[in-house]
Amino acid sequence: MPRERDGLSAIVRVVTQWLFVPILVYGLGVGFFGHLTPGGGFAGGVVIACGFVLATIAFGGRTGPAPVFHRWAASLEAVGAMTYLGMAALGWSAGHFMQAWTPRGEDFTLASAPFLVVLNLAILLKVGAGLFAGFMVLVLFDRATGATAREGGDA
Amino acid sequence: MGTFLPFFVALPLLAGFVCLLLKRAAPRATPWISVGSMVGLLVACVLATAWGSSGVTFAGDWGVRGAGAGAFVVGIALVLDGFSRLFLLLVAVVGTASAVYALRYLAPEEGRPLFHVLFNLLVAGMNGALLAGDLFNLYVFVEVASIASYGLVAYQTGGEEVEAAFKYLVVGTLASTAILIGITVLYAATGYLNMADLSAAIAGGGVPRMPLLFASGLFVLGFGMKAAAMPFHAWLPDAHPSAPAPISAMLSGLLIKTLGIYALVRVFYVVVGMDENLRMVLTVLGCLSMWGGVLLAQAQDDVKRILAFHSVSQMGYVLVALALNSWLGVAAGLFHAVNHGLFKSALFLSAGSLERVTGTRRLSEMGGVFRKAPATSAGLVGACLSISGIPPFNGFWSKLLILIALVTAGQTFVAVLAAGAALMTLVTFVKVQRKAIFGALPARLEGAHEVPASMYLPALALAALCLLSGLLWPVGVDGIVGAAASAVLAREGAPPAATVYMERIHGEVPR
Amino acid sequence: MTFYCLIFALLAVGLYGLLAKRNMLKKILGLVILDNAVNLLLIAVGYRSGKGAPILLPGDDPAAFARSSVDPLPQALVLTSIVIGLGVTMILVAMALRLHQRYGTLDVDRMDRLKG
Repeated sequence: MPRERDGLSAIVRVVTQWLFVPILVYGLGVGFFGHLTPGGGFAGGVVIACGFVLATIAFGGRTGPAPVFHRWAASLEAVGAMTYLGMAALGWSAGHFMQAWTPRGEDFTLASAPFLVVLNLAILLKVGAGLFAGFMVLVLFDRATGATAREGGDA
Repeated sequence: MGTFLPFFVALPLLAGFVCLLLKRAAPRATPWISVGSMVGLLVACVLATAWGSSGVTFAGDWGVRGAGAGAFVVGIALVLDGFSRLFLLLVAVVGTASAVYALRYLAPEEGRPLFHVLFNLLVAGMNGALLAGDLFNLYVFVEVASIASYGLVAYQTGGEEVEAAFKYLVVGTLASTAILIGITVLYAATGYLNMADLSAAIAGGGVPRMPLLFASGLFVLGFGMKAAAMPFHAWLPDAHPSAPAPISAMLSGLLIKTLGIYALVRVFYVVVGMDENLRMVLTVLGCLSMWGGVLLAQAQDDVKRILAFHSVSQMGYVLVALALNSWLGVAAGLFHAVNHGLFKSALFLSAGSLERVTGTRRLSEMGGVFRKAPATSAGLVGACLSISGIPPFNGFWSKLLILIALVTAGQTFVAVLAAGAALMTLVTFVKVQRKAIFGALPARLEGAHEVPASMYLPALALAALCLLSGLLWPVGVDGIVGAAASAVLAREGAPPAATVYMERIHGEVPR
Repeated sequence: MTFYCLIFALLAVGLYGLLAKRNMLKKILGLVILDNAVNLLLIAVGYRSGKGAPILLPGDDPAAFARSSVDPLPQALVLTSIVIGLGVTMILVAMALRLHQRYGTLDVDRMDRLKG
């Protein structure tokens, strides 16, 4: 059956449509609760980036999320990094560099250390955007030069 | 002073990410952001050196727990002492020169904002490694700087550059893996990662010999590869010439010193402690590098490859001096490392300008450049005189000091080898000057013209610094280098350096 | 003890792949195996036999918790190491792509252009 567009077969596309949002939500959850459960910003960022990578593979580089988010990836990454640095620097003025300066809530809840939550989110943004940008560079590279297409796909 | 330390890492990091943000919005501004961050670092380093400041800072609210003999450090410590100060200053000076040089060297369409992102990250990584107070932090910052340098070497993505970057990456990752395994072994044996605590634990004798030996071997392998000691040097002659000229200057002038020599000295003098076998190994590596570098450089025609091989050779000098475990040896080795940073980066920047003027890197195709590009030639000649060890340039003083240190330590055979290699270096650089600068101008170079001021000024400034630091050696420079050496190893009668280091972190000397 | 032997075997496999193989993709896989082996080593160093995961639950006594969990420090170190390995792998893949585009082959012996 001829494929009318880029990407993989219909089953993969439909399942990916269903899975995409839950993957993002899961990644956000892992990142948000990083100060309570295993995970944190990096793991959450990787999950989110993998969700986008899955969508790009299933839908192809042209019709997937790639063209939309690609522009923003570098800027999001920089914003994430600067948020992290900014929080650390604000702690500087409150005492030590990277001191947890936000007021603390009761233990074992989400609000028990808002400083860590913001830090986790910043890292999540940075890692997610950075990984996706890296993947996109490889995809666009291949597209621009046709490097793997030339040899029939076996590099 | 202590709380100010993160600035040295935070400033280039911030500058790098600002460059990333401005990638599309204001790409023309990014070279100036790099220059700004380097100048900021330079000002901070000059102030820190002038005030002779040192200090410790802990990230977050962590710090020393317990007191007296049972004190241990929790968390990440940044430490500034005379030794770090010297190298921070070197990084700032060479970084400023390279950033100014890169203003006009790179054409705007070559993805310039990304170059500056990586450039700033490279400097941030090096500064972090210089300030790290514990082994794992050292490893992380060494990795940050290394990864930035892999990207920068491959920057002009022609086939040869990427191939050189690939080889460099493989060797660099092997080195980093060796370092990480060494750190793991040390952690498993002692339970500490902080350098002060490790130092106390090892000096106290409670650590079994096998893990210590294994870890030392891995560190020599890992940091030796980063410092391009022979026989681990094979990546350098491919990687350094393939990088764009300002990056070659940063790599040869800074990276092999901060990631290789500085880390080696920190780990061995302060943490593990030098012993006879280690000294022998370092001396052998040093002698091999000294002679291997100059001999292999004789056969080269590409001016940047000649410079790269000489980097290997000069690092051999530094290793041989540092292996002596005496105050004079350490001072001589560190002084030579710093001088090499100054004159090698001047050489690489001038070589880049030469390439612009003549359109080639091959010496056999150059000649008479001083008629067309006098400023570039002046910078090149100054740097060549410095590396050849001609008085009153700084190269002369540092080589002399190394020879004196070797002879007073009884290593006359090594001193003879060192003197012989110095002679060969002189021969090579006389040849370089004769072929490139003086001599007849080939017909095709009639239309050549001088490079813009922002390209010859940094090389000239670095060469002038070489001359100045040579002239001012008895006046102020020896104080700075002496402070660095004292931070590593004590003169007779002073407390051992590891004690001083630990004192700073613990607030008092543990019994 | 056998665990450490296995880890060293993995290290050897990764090293062999990275250095001895000619195809660049196999070198990259060797590097990935090497990184994973080193991370395993780091985690293994932190293991205390019979103890549990270092997660503090509400109602736990911190001192008793410290005595009954494995060493959490190597786990933090491994997180950092994984990130570093990821960065290096990404650069390596990009370089391999570029070299393949330029030279038409992934065999490092056939692309040995840099002399001396």
